[in-house]
Amino acid sequence: MSSRTGARLDTKKINSELFTLTYGTLVAQLLKDYENVEDVNKQLERMGYNMGVRLIEDFLARTGSGRCYDFRDTAEKIQSGFKLFLGITPTITNWSATGDEFSLCFESNPLTEFVELPDNCLHLKYCNVLTGVLRGACEMVQMEIASWFVQDQLKNDNITELRVKFIKRLEDAIPAGED
Amino acid sequence: MNYDTEENLSELEWMGYEVGYRIVERLTREWVRFKDELDMIKFICTDYWSSLYHKQIDNLKTNHHGTYVLQDNEFRLLKHLANHNSNNNNKQYLRECPLLIAFTCGLLRGSLSNLGIVSIIKAEITLIPTCKFHVEVLRV
Repeated sequence: MSSRTGARLDTKKINSELFTLTYGTLVAQLLKDYENVEDVNKQLERMGYNMGVRLIEDFLARTGSGRCYDFRDTAEKIQSGFKLFLGITPTITNWSATGDEFSLCFESNPLTEFVELPDNCLHLKYCNVLTGVLRGACEMVQMEIASWFVQDQLKNDNITELRVKFIKRLEDAIPAGED
Repeated sequence: MNYDTEENLSELEWMGYEVGYRIVERLTREWVRFKDELDMIKFICTDYWSSLYHKQIDNLKTNHHGTYVLQDNEFRLLKHLANHNSNNNNKQYLRECPLLIAFTCGLLRGSLSNLGIVSIIKAEITLIPTCKFHVEVLRV
């Protein structure tokens, strides 16, 4: 059994479209289930967190990268994570003077391809799953971070900007009775 | 975990349907028109399946009266549930399988629906990671 036409399917493209559409359906389903946009944002973040917790293992196994020297190093590794899992390279900009905050700017984003937000979804953070992924992944490497969207192409901004803030280093808890 | 999952299953199936309905349109955009129903099913077994699951359907059976059985011997979503070290039956996680399969059933139903085939899809797993999809075409 072989295809009859010369036009072979572009597997890579199809997979990214499958991902986009599946994510879209997920968001639509959540909107149906929760009715409240704030709750949907929360759920997306939570789902992302669970993904991030697992995804970091895959990331470390595939890239073989070691510990981050500093937060700038972390930023670059997050950037390469986007390259690895979503095939995009966001630019790192807007470092805070103290070096504990930066922005990731996306010109295109596979999550939002074919997406338009209706008016009643003004407060929906469509890509909120990403903030969860980052939080979960960083937590697994002993870093507490927070992230949030400051600009969003779906809300007619020119770019999508994700702000990432370092909060604190998580220490390994020593089990009681051990030194 | 709650095993009273019928509602969850239909939700997952519906999500699959929506995705399938849209994705097949993009997949077949530059495709030559299908000759008949069997031609469409063959497309599903080969190019469609390999672009979504990186392999083709291993076995296709039909009674030529609207019933098709698509068998994948190593279904991608079940692959990691299989215990390759043991020779005994891979049945440990059989109970959880419906949750992993429902989306794909919907995907198939949605895709066929957009190709003009109204159908009922059922999945059957006896040994992980082998999965059989039963397609029953509904005619008016």
